[in-house]
Amino acid sequence: MSAQTAEQLKQAPPPRAQARPVLKSGADLLLDALEEQGVEVIFGYPGGAVLPIYDALFRRDTIRHVLVRHEQGAVHAAEGYARSTGKAGVVLVTSGPGATNAVTGLADALLDSIPIVCITGQVARPLIGTDAFQECDTVGITRSCTKYNYLVPSAHKLATIVHEAFHIARNGRPGPVVVDIPKDVQFEEALYTARADAQKRNCIVKPPVNSFQIEQIVDLMRHAHRPVIYTGGGVINSGRAASEALRALARETGFPVTSTLMGLGAFPASDPQWLGMLGMHGSFEANSAMHDCDLMIAVGARFDDRVTGRLDAFSPGSKKVHIDIDPSSINKNVRVDFGVVGDCAEVLDALVEEWRRRNAQEDYEFARTRSWRSRINEWRAKKSFGYERAQNAIKPQYAIERLFALTRGRDVYVTTEVGQHQMWAAQHFHFDQPNRWMTSGGLGTMGYGLPAAIGVQAAHPDALVIDIAGDASVQMTMQEMSTAVQHELPVKIFILNNAYLGMVRQWQELLHGGRYSHSYSASLPDFVKLAEAYGGVGIRAETPDELDAKIMEMIEVRRPVLFDCVVTQEENVFPMIPSGAAHNEMLFGGHHVTGDEVSDEGKALV
Amino acid sequence: MTEPLSQSVYPVTREEGAETEVILAAIVDNEPGVLARVVGLISARGYNIESLTVAETDVEKHASRITIVTRGTPAKIDQIKLQLGRLVPVRRVIDVTNEADALERELALIKVVGAGEERIESMRLAEIFRARPIDTTHSSFVFEITGARDKINAFIDLMRPLGLKEISRTGVLSIRRGVESD
Ligand SMILES: Cc1ncc(C[n+]2csc(CCOP(=O)(O)OP(=O)(O)O)c2C)c(N)n1
Ligand SMILES: [Mg+2]
Repeated sequence: MSAQTAEQLKQAPPPRAQARPVLKSGADLLLDALEEQGVEVIFGYPGGAVLPIYDALFRRDTIRHVLVRHEQGAVHAAEGYARSTGKAGVVLVTSGPGATNAVTGLADALLDSIPIVCITGQVARPLIGTDAFQECDTVGITRSCTKYNYLVPSAHKLATIVHEAFHIARNGRPGPVVVDIPKDVQFEEALYTARADAQKRNCIVKPPVNSFQIEQIVDLMRHAHRPVIYTGGGVINSGRAASEALRALARETGFPVTSTLMGLGAFPASDPQWLGMLGMHGSFEANSAMHDCDLMIAVGARFDDRVTGRLDAFSPGSKKVHIDIDPSSINKNVRVDFGVVGDCAEVLDALVEEWRRRNAQEDYEFARTRSWRSRINEWRAKKSFGYERAQNAIKPQYAIERLFALTRGRDVYVTTEVGQHQMWAAQHFHFDQPNRWMTSGGLGTMGYGLPAAIGVQAAHPDALVIDIAGDASVQMTMQEMSTAVQHELPVKIFILNNAYLGMVRQWQELLHGGRYSHSYSASLPDFVKLAEAYGGVGIRAETPDELDAKIMEMIEVRRPVLFDCVVTQEENVFPMIPSGAAHNEMLFGGHHVTGDEVSDEGKALV
Repeated sequence: MTEPLSQSVYPVTREEGAETEVILAAIVDNEPGVLARVVGLISARGYNIESLTVAETDVEKHASRITIVTRGTPAKIDQIKLQLGRLVPVRRVIDVTNEADALERELALIKVVGAGEERIESMRLAEIFRARPIDTTHSSFVFEITGARDKINAFIDLMRPLGLKEISRTGVLSIRRGVESD
């Protein structure tokens, strides 16, 4: 240190208490950084390459660690935590197989834009590239399934990288970030870099709202005859304020609102303006409104192929406005007339404000949309989620309806696996609040729901957390029951047991001439015994008249439950827009379709 | 729905226009893996990168410039540009082909083997294109030529019937005209 800088130091204001820099091991620097980022819980699994970090973790009690049973489960649990709290989820796994096991979870978080920071151990720096024990090229493997990733070059850089990792995971379009830390870096000593001093590169900044664009959009809105608001997961990701702004906009304008699978809860399902979910298994009124509208306002949604159906027939007569934080989402699948790059909450607020300002100045002709509203009511009257009741067997839709009814008045969070049960959950379980519904939308990962429920429960210990599961999906991450029991996380795994890979069976029925190739779940375990084997509670319901009491039993018990809900086996999810069809070419329940009804192109889309 | 549908739901049927060649430049943080990210983004879509140059261009700011030549429909190219822009270490993406004040240059070494009239003709054309012979034997030349990609392509086409034997190219470099910098 030169004399001059020493001089300057003396003149500087007295440093804060314990600001005297101390050398610490990389492992401690990591934990210091996690603490400064406000991390309360880590989902992880130890191994050779992260032992120094586990050692450091052992010596402090500031951060809770949930030991999972498979690293995929750790990432899904962190996703559940993140989605139910709006915070970033944190994962800690070892090198090699620990990292590769985490890949599915990372890809899932990337497609659903979930903020995750995943710490992976790596072999010591001198061993990298030598095919060392449990070495894999983690940054190479995860490059395309993360928003960003790092190989930490030295302990000196560790803290700044961790801070930047959180910054990138949370900001712009959120996503997973991997920080790969060689074992010798975990031992190496260096000084800590505080969050405020860390490097922070701009991953998509929030652009300021363009007021001219807002005026133009409000112009369109005030002249629309058939408007619809189409929202997605971005509204949830943007935070509570975005949901509030959406509600305000809907209230002010009277416009109907639909949402993707990912966005459920941003707008209350109990609101009369709610159209239900749209897309392949969406409601008739939502899809018809999308098809026939003259103004579509897409907010934090991305025109996914499950939503648009046949692109050249997608909402042919509408002007389209697309609000998204990610500029590359705009005009990606569907050309829009107005692309607004920005944070949903800010843009929606600006729209509300402009709308109110105009209301004060000019009369708005509410009557303009009257016939549109009555058309929507006609579509609604079709009750497209309706199904035939059964006397002696439990229909899967009925099971969800009862589950929904019997959990009213409680603090409920729902996760799902992937398949028919997921769609029935979306259709028949209704959400009035954001962050209450966690499902693997983009990647469609079977096995997501159970570990995600564990993550949700870790964040909300007193809430009722239910995984609406399928008999096949739940077996992909079943071992996490053991995690739930160990950590006293009383998740409720509600299995709609149809003894089929039901969604596959449905597609085979509708698209492949009823040739049920390998979609029957033979040799299912006895889920009740399985629950007991894990130290949880097993409950089985087989008839409609015992269902309510059994569900109540599940709700009351303060332990993890596997609920084997035996349902009719050959039920299909309706309505359905087959791949390759347009929004107004829906199939409804009771409709018998053959393999010919779907075009070859449609079949290829899966 | 029984009539065979020719339309697919995927964007292949979208009015996209023909594929064209484009030159894109990205100003990136000079860090390990950045090239892999940029190249991976393009190759993951099944697009071939026809040429690629990369070098650190600003030591102080740790910036490198990557110039890429690739082909695609305008819609795909727009997507690539936006998605490149989304990568954390990418600071800026420049569409060299479409920006009026972007300059491009490439250097090529071209070996031509021949005798008699053809040999004389190759030398004459080389002069017109300002290509310099940098190696000569009684039956061969190696020409060095710099210029825009189109010019080099034109020269190569002209050399083809005259005994063109081998080509080595640097890939395209780009820079902004005038006082402003990227
Ligand atoms: C990891 C993974 N593998 C395969 C699939 C394809 N897939 C989608 S749904 C499904 C069947 C799910 O069966 P189940 O969990 O019993 O749910 P159900 O449809 O019967 O309600 C399959 C195999 C997938 N989504 N994820
Ligand atoms: Mg099933």
